[in-house]
Amino acid sequence: MSQSAASPFFKRLPFALRIEARVEEPPGWYPLTISLGAILLALILGGIVIALAGGDPIRSYLHIANASFGNVGVFSDTLVKATPLIMTGLACSVAFRMKLWNIGAEGQFIMGAFGASAVVLAPLLPAETSPWVFIPVMLLAGMVAGALWGFIPGFLKATLRVNEIISSLMLNYIAVAWINFWIFAVWTEGGFQMSPQFPKNAWLPRLTDLAARFPFFAGLTTHLGLLFGILLAVLVWFVLYRSRWGYEIRLIGDNPQAARYAGLNITANTILVMMFSGALAGIGGMSEVTGMVHRLQTAPLAAGYGFTGIIVAWLAKLNPLAVMPVSILFGALILAGREIQPSGIPKMIQGIILVCLIASDFLMRYRVYLVRKNQEA
Amino acid sequence: MTTDTPRNNLPVAEQPSGKPEARRTVLGERLVEEPLQSADLPVIEMRGIVKRFPGVLANDHVDFDLRRGEIHALLGENGAGKSTLMNVLAGMYQPEAGEILIRGQKVNFTSPRDAIRAGIGMVHQHFMLVPSQTVTENILLGLDTPRFVVKLSQYDRVVADLGEQYGLKVDPRAKIWQLSVGEQQRVEILKMLYRGAEILIMDEPTAVLAPTEIEGLIKTLRAMVARGKSIIFISHKLQEVMAVADRVTVLRKGRVTAAGLETSQTTRQDLARLMVGREVLFRLDKKPRQPGEVVLSIEDVHAENDKGLPALRGVSLHVRSGEIVGLAGVAGNGQRELAQVITGLRKVKSGRICLNGTDIHNCDAHISIREGVSHIPEDRTHVGTAPNLSVTDNVIMKSYRKPPIGRGVILDMSAATRFANELKEAYDIIVPTVETPARLLSGGNLQRVILAREISGRPVLMVAMQPTRGLDVGAIEGVHRLLLAQREAGAAILLVSEELEELLSLSDRLYVIYEGQMMGELQTDAANVSQDQFEIIGLMMTGTPLEHIRKQTGAS
Repeated sequence: MSQSAASPFFKRLPFALRIEARVEEPPGWYPLTISLGAILLALILGGIVIALAGGDPIRSYLHIANASFGNVGVFSDTLVKATPLIMTGLACSVAFRMKLWNIGAEGQFIMGAFGASAVVLAPLLPAETSPWVFIPVMLLAGMVAGALWGFIPGFLKATLRVNEIISSLMLNYIAVAWINFWIFAVWTEGGFQMSPQFPKNAWLPRLTDLAARFPFFAGLTTHLGLLFGILLAVLVWFVLYRSRWGYEIRLIGDNPQAARYAGLNITANTILVMMFSGALAGIGGMSEVTGMVHRLQTAPLAAGYGFTGIIVAWLAKLNPLAVMPVSILFGALILAGREIQPSGIPKMIQGIILVCLIASDFLMRYRVYLVRKNQEA
Repeated sequence: MTTDTPRNNLPVAEQPSGKPEARRTVLGERLVEEPLQSADLPVIEMRGIVKRFPGVLANDHVDFDLRRGEIHALLGENGAGKSTLMNVLAGMYQPEAGEILIRGQKVNFTSPRDAIRAGIGMVHQHFMLVPSQTVTENILLGLDTPRFVVKLSQYDRVVADLGEQYGLKVDPRAKIWQLSVGEQQRVEILKMLYRGAEILIMDEPTAVLAPTEIEGLIKTLRAMVARGKSIIFISHKLQEVMAVADRVTVLRKGRVTAAGLETSQTTRQDLARLMVGREVLFRLDKKPRQPGEVVLSIEDVHAENDKGLPALRGVSLHVRSGEIVGLAGVAGNGQRELAQVITGLRKVKSGRICLNGTDIHNCDAHISIREGVSHIPEDRTHVGTAPNLSVTDNVIMKSYRKPPIGRGVILDMSAATRFANELKEAYDIIVPTVETPARLLSGGNLQRVILAREISGRPVLMVAMQPTRGLDVGAIEGVHRLLLAQREAGAAILLVSEELEELLSLSDRLYVIYEGQMMGELQTDAANVSQDQFEIIGLMMTGTPLEHIRKQTGAS
């Protein structure tokens, strides 16, 4: 009696889907093709959404492409947007590799920005300090602050089995409230909800700063953070695939029981990996605040880089090197998306891309056949 | 009508001539006693059941019958095909061949629902209950009536009454998480009775119970058959089968080795032999060798299992270098826990474990790995390997800490790949490349990966759990040769197996474990295994210490 309502329509179709688990590795070209296919499908679906909203999908997409890759200036802006995503994407990749679902890259990013800002604003170093000292100290401060923010959910998970998804997510809100407290009360600039601007020697150098020597760079805001991101991506790749610790992370992530059997300490690694992940996101926050925002301010920092980092990591299949191009793609979407609409459609397209990609993973693990019904019967 | 009477809607329902099905209401009415059906018409008959899984013939033309009002035990080792056969009967699997008759009517179950409708209920080893709900709610769960529970208290009474009838006392209002394992099992049984089950399949019901709870269960089962229910009792424990069952069917490697024996007409030893089998051994080239120094010595070790029940109760043993020591026993008597305490995967409550004279009890697993203890785990896929990592990553699991693969914090991948390729050659691991993920390997190949990894570290002590389980004959021979080569090389080997012939042909000495205690130690000689020895081991495996056997035989 329970089947009655279900599906007279599907029953009348002459075809049926048959799904089988893959027993063999799919060929080498397959994963990339599937991912690109998923993105294409997402763009088509996104196009439908744009059309329904009364826009012209083709023109919108062309506009996006033009506004993010059209010339050196906008490409530089795309890279600026991509920089924080590389760090948060790496942070998520590392944690997800061990199946630690760190949803707190956002908070760790914000705390990283706070840590770096504190060096200037507390002040830990006088304003006239040389950039050669300022930048490393701020980097360290951002890293430590992010790592601490990652330590909390890691420690709770390792010792008390607190679900890290919930705890890291909640810590994001605390991080926002934390910097709000400082900029509203302590470091406020004349009652505005932001800190005073950092002295120039606490800024990450930008390409435009070199314009005196290379006129071509004039106006380009791409900053040293991008280089940090590239170096970190290589470092994380090296750690994961060429270090003993990375091997342990991958082993625990794939089969914790086997890891235990191989004598690994899962408790310690849970904490360490969450701290590593937090440190990466923290560097992202440091790079953003010192390279782009130049002051502690909530809105441009708590802009969802940590959450987009989750999508970036997933899209990159947790591969640190793939995080870079994916971040650039998303940087472009964010940048050009604003050209179309401040919020709404561009975010929706991001969401559709993620859903399609995650769904496409199914095709990696299963084969799907279309079979004629009457043959089966 | 405020409550629904659970009833037995048989799709095959035509009762043989004029004997009405006993209808029972649970609201305190007396059971309508029904004249006993003629004993020669079984309530269940399974004929020629064949069930295949990839690479395994789980049931090979199995016949089985169940009479009304009897407890029929299904006996066999792990993997003998007991659970498969019962899952076929309970509608979970469809057999490739064979037929099932219920009261003489052919049936074709396509889902567990069909089986329940035909009055067959299975109580699984792992309970399927919702912890946060009450007993009554769990029992009503999934039934069509009541649609919306309005008066739960009414159902509480029904459940309490039903429990009363069968001696299954449990508070209907209690939440599942508040109940002991034994009580939860009672809820599972009640669930089946409430659904009108006439035939109950109990899948290793005693495995999770404490001894006192087992007595209670046995009483309950007796009460149920006295009321005309029929019970299939799956077990691999001989003493229980003898205590509980009226008849017993023995399965071995998917085949029936004894069908419907009366337990009163048989002995534990007969059953043990039927269960373990005794096949012609292929000759192994085992050279005589004088064992060396004691490598492993275990003294009076106590440890608990995952459920916190005592698993090892004062175990002592020793293994010397160049010696294979067998550990015989029916599965679940503490073998796994013993292997785990030796390899540092489980804490001991008391006792000493010495490796080459140093006490290593309660040390972390990586200490025992460093000290040269290798471990072939029982569970290849869940413990022994990481399925999505490459063969290379899997073979370096124990050696990545040391040069040449681990150099400081660096993992030298070219050294690792070279190492993996060497092992691939030396151990005939059949994979396209060493980058292939482990999950794509067959069982035999996977076992070779594990053996290659564990042997290549030149272990001083090797703990091998069921190293040949599930492998085909050729692969088994390969594993045996590797173990013997390790013995030649001077490793101390503790071999845990349920295959008696394997133990006898490989071991120099043999311990028998029963409920976490050693029943004794025997010298073995593969060339000359006597019938007596088999019987003595059979007795020990069922809980008679060797001294008692010696005393008895000495007296007679």
